[in-house]
Amino acid sequence: MKCEDVSNELIAYLDRRANSAERRDVEEHLAACADCRTRAEEFRKLWNVLDEVPVLEPSLGFNARVRQSVAAKPRRNWFWWLVPQPRWAFSLALLLALSVWMARMPNTPAVAIATEDEDFNAIKDLGVLENYDVLTKFDALSELPQAPAAKPDTPTDSSPAPDDNGGM
Amino acid sequence: MIRSDVQLMLDVKEGHDASFDLLLQRYRTPLVNFLYRMVRDVATAEDLAQEVFLRVYRARRQYSPTAKFTTWLFRIATNLALNSVRDNRHRKMEISIDAPADEDQAPMELPTREMRIDEHMAERDRAGFIRRAVASLPEKQRVAVLLHKYEEMDYVEIARVLDCSESALKSLLFRAYETLRVELAPLVSQSATPRVGEGRPS
Repeated sequence: MKCEDVSNELIAYLDRRANSAERRDVEEHLAACADCRTRAEEFRKLWNVLDEVPVLEPSLGFNARVRQSVAAKPRRNWFWWLVPQPRWAFSLALLLALSVWMARMPNTPAVAIATEDEDFNAIKDLGVLENYDVLTKFDALSELPQAPAAKPDTPTDSSPAPDDNGGM
Repeated sequence: MIRSDVQLMLDVKEGHDASFDLLLQRYRTPLVNFLYRMVRDVATAEDLAQEVFLRVYRARRQYSPTAKFTTWLFRIATNLALNSVRDNRHRKMEISIDAPADEDQAPMELPTREMRIDEHMAERDRAGFIRRAVASLPEKQRVAVLLHKYEEMDYVEIARVLDCSESALKSLLFRAYETLRVELAPLVSQSATPRVGEGRPS
């Protein structure tokens, strides 16, 4: 085994993870090669040196911060608006249903005819309302409270003006 | 009886948040230390560790125990750490490009969060010297050393985290330790010769 070949197995040999065949090969090489023996020795020392680095303890609030972030809602991705939302889906379905219902409603000309009929009914009795005799004899009007007596200097006119009653 | 990581993670998947707390307690220190050795800033390391736990929790429903829990955990941590290191390097480059070219001016202070006074003091001592040497390794070598030396992960696991073959990992580790042997030669030469069985990572 050459120095280049042993290099890849040297770490596994030193940390005792090499299999028995690999161990035997490395041991044979180390017995014959002073440079690799020195290197192996220094690797062991190096690992001791690396152990000198102190372990850092997380800050006191670390666990609390993790729990807080876990409990928080996940942030939205940039494409969140492409994902169907229940509220959007419901709104769209409602709008669609409303459109279908509106489309099935009777056409507007029928509404126009109905309006003309109503107008005719409203004005067909107009002549009666303008007839003074009919109005003075109308029983329901006699039950209305009488107007207060007129002042002397104002022109008296006991009979109400047709306009006052007609209101048209 | 101590429940394994996989059992705890399966509990979390079933909705037992108490098991998540146990995993948090078990891995908070190794994770923060691993990330600190990667990014060399305590606050950033804690932020990243928090993000690792958050990602683990959010992925709980998709969890299936195909690999060791630690492989998954440190793979997430490695990706986040490498991204953070690259972002930080990029930010520093932008600052140095934008800095005035006047050589008489004092060097520009980087916007830091990066180093606290106590960290500065630590840098001056022996541990700081060692940390700097580890931090100066190329990214993959650094991850390999940290997982091998400090997390005591086996080769299969580390190879999975780094997405490389086992033989490539052995080569990576050899080169990393060889660099550190040279960089830390003053400390290595002072160090006593370990007895048989000492000075091994695990």
